[in-house]
Amino acid sequence: MADAKVIPFGDEPRSRRGSAGGRRQHAKDGAAKRSQGSGPGSAQGSGAGSGSGSGSDSGPVHGPGPGRTPGPLKPVPERDAGEPEPREPRERDGDSGSGWERRIAGGLAFLRRRLTGEYEVDEFGYDKELTDQVLMSLIRPLYENYFRVEVKGIENIPSDGGALVVANHSGTLPLDGLMMQVAVHDNHPAERHLRLLAADLVFVLPVFNELARKAGHTLACAEDAERLLQRGEVVGVMPEGFKGIGKPFGDRYKLQRFGRGGFVSTALRAGVPIVPCSIVGAEEIYPMIGNARTLARLLGIPYFPVTPTFPWLGPLGLLPLPTKWTIQFGEPIPTDGYPPEAAEDPMLMFNLTDQVREQIQHTLYKLLVQRRSVFF
Amino acid sequence: MTRREIFQGKALSVGKVVLVTGAARKLGGRFVRRVQRDPGVDRVIAVDAVAPAHQLGDAEFVRADIRRPAIARVLAEHAVDTVVHMDVTGTPLGTGGRATVKETNVIGTMQLLGACQKSPSVKRLVVKSSTSVYGSAPRDPAVFTETTPPKSLPSGGFAKDAVEVEGYVRGFARRRPDVAVCVLRFANILGPEADSPLAEYLSLPVLPTVFGYDPRLQFVHEDDVIDVLMIASDEPRRSTLNSGTFNVAGEGVLLLSQCSRRLGRPTVPVPLPAVTWVGTALRTVGMTDFSPEQIRLLTHGRVVSTDQMRETLGFVPTYSTAEAFTDFARSRGAGLLPPEVVARTVDRLSTLVSKERT
Repeated sequence: MADAKVIPFGDEPRSRRGSAGGRRQHAKDGAAKRSQGSGPGSAQGSGAGSGSGSGSDSGPVHGPGPGRTPGPLKPVPERDAGEPEPREPRERDGDSGSGWERRIAGGLAFLRRRLTGEYEVDEFGYDKELTDQVLMSLIRPLYENYFRVEVKGIENIPSDGGALVVANHSGTLPLDGLMMQVAVHDNHPAERHLRLLAADLVFVLPVFNELARKAGHTLACAEDAERLLQRGEVVGVMPEGFKGIGKPFGDRYKLQRFGRGGFVSTALRAGVPIVPCSIVGAEEIYPMIGNARTLARLLGIPYFPVTPTFPWLGPLGLLPLPTKWTIQFGEPIPTDGYPPEAAEDPMLMFNLTDQVREQIQHTLYKLLVQRRSVFF
Repeated sequence: MTRREIFQGKALSVGKVVLVTGAARKLGGRFVRRVQRDPGVDRVIAVDAVAPAHQLGDAEFVRADIRRPAIARVLAEHAVDTVVHMDVTGTPLGTGGRATVKETNVIGTMQLLGACQKSPSVKRLVVKSSTSVYGSAPRDPAVFTETTPPKSLPSGGFAKDAVEVEGYVRGFARRRPDVAVCVLRFANILGPEADSPLAEYLSLPVLPTVFGYDPRLQFVHEDDVIDVLMIASDEPRRSTLNSGTFNVAGEGVLLLSQCSRRLGRPTVPVPLPAVTWVGTALRTVGMTDFSPEQIRLLTHGRVVSTDQMRETLGFVPTYSTAEAFTDFARSRGAGLLPPEVVARTVDRLSTLVSKERT
């Protein structure tokens, strides 16, 4: 989609939102088409099309009637001039009118591929098409409008080749991982896909297992990470694990122990840079003021969070607080300068682990100082 | 016959004598027919406990139960130098239940290996194993290599048999280092003639699946199975090595949901605890063998790395996972929702939409 980088108006969140919105429409058309492109589908379609022409901010329109008229003035009569072939027009004119039709055609082609099973998944079960067209667009409203994620330093992720993104983990529910995935995909010029390493609990639970695999996540183990890195993927890992995500609210933004530093030796063996990533805002989405340990043990989960709203308000307590997020990717730490046997050197591993940890912690403090408010 | 007896004198020096167990099964029979066409092979001895229903060509069929010590006599009598052990299977042939299968798998392998150890002529042993030795668990890495230790050893069924068989084979390889031992771990074998539990499952009109899981599956085509067995039972080709353990699978991965759509068979998601009941019910009706192991496969799936197969063994399968599956699907006929019909419906819809717009 050409409309991705139209609006370089500094750091203003709205401009970012606009640019990403374009992508969302692109991604969403699969879903929109399923409802035969009624109201929202057509409004979106012409909205994106007219964006370059009229450039109006007022956003054209609700309902199918006006949605069809405002943007494309010229193509309408042309279409009325009649064509017996239904598939011709999308090749004939490159205007927004045909853009709409192309969307429908694209959406139906998508539907056709899905229903007949003619799509590809990789050996980890990653379904690129489904992730791009459906799963991403499902989380994107949360990313853009709810948490209003601001991304910095995206250029620190290389455009090709492997990289290991190491981030802090927080928020009781692993929303930060998902946001990071959208952030990398939507902001990176090469639209790279972040492959997250997830806890084994995710793969034990039904539904989560299926969705996680399709979204490109895999089990956090050295074998999988190394395999992904060797294939040149960007891999995201949160070494704090449950210690980080399930820590009490009072400990917010205090990095926990970084596992055993296995991520460093994996990166070293694969010779890929480590990109530290600091996420601010996720800590406050579910302020965990207590942990019902007995209940957690009974349910077989690592912690059972008690927040001001959960479990008191029932499902309503599951609504995260609308905090303002910042995701900062830091300067990459190269690992290709080490000899191959360095991955076996525990001292070096500890040092590198500490270096990564320090860098993330330092950036966290810096971002916290800059932050005006938790919610804005 | 006389000609062959004349040959026999020279056979020891010229051609190989190949013994194939499990020849009464379709795959075993195919391999017997294929291997005797090999110019380097002089004689083929096909062994099974029951007489095969299919032709074995020029091969000599010896009716012997590998669970009995008699198999040692067969080895000695024919001066066998290559043993291809294909009688490690999950399903009973004809009558006999799980107990018989297990005995044939485990005791049969022990007897056969004992006989091989006694026989000075045996130079090469090929064992058909299965990737089910890795089990399937949520805590396993996504892709198994030959050296990945399974996180949860299969607790029963065919998978456990395969684990035990491989254990005995490793012991044999230690005791007879002069014998080249090749263990081939096959992914699910599919093809027009496949009669594995998974093939049976995929032939159900409606596929019960485990709710909330979409397992990754890998297939290997029957033709490729025969080809790789040929490579393993022969002398290693230049710059390859054909002893050791190798995963054998077609390239790529299919999700169960993709399989069902390509087959045109709708799925019925069943929550995990209830799957066992459904499995028992299906087994009672006699429709398919829905063993706990099978359920685990259909929950978590299993993908193996085939780098060793390509690089060390030097074998590149003709069929990818998807192609092997297509070939299988073609042989099974249309399901309730054939993909062609679905595609046509969507196409009609798109025509309809375009018409509406004009």
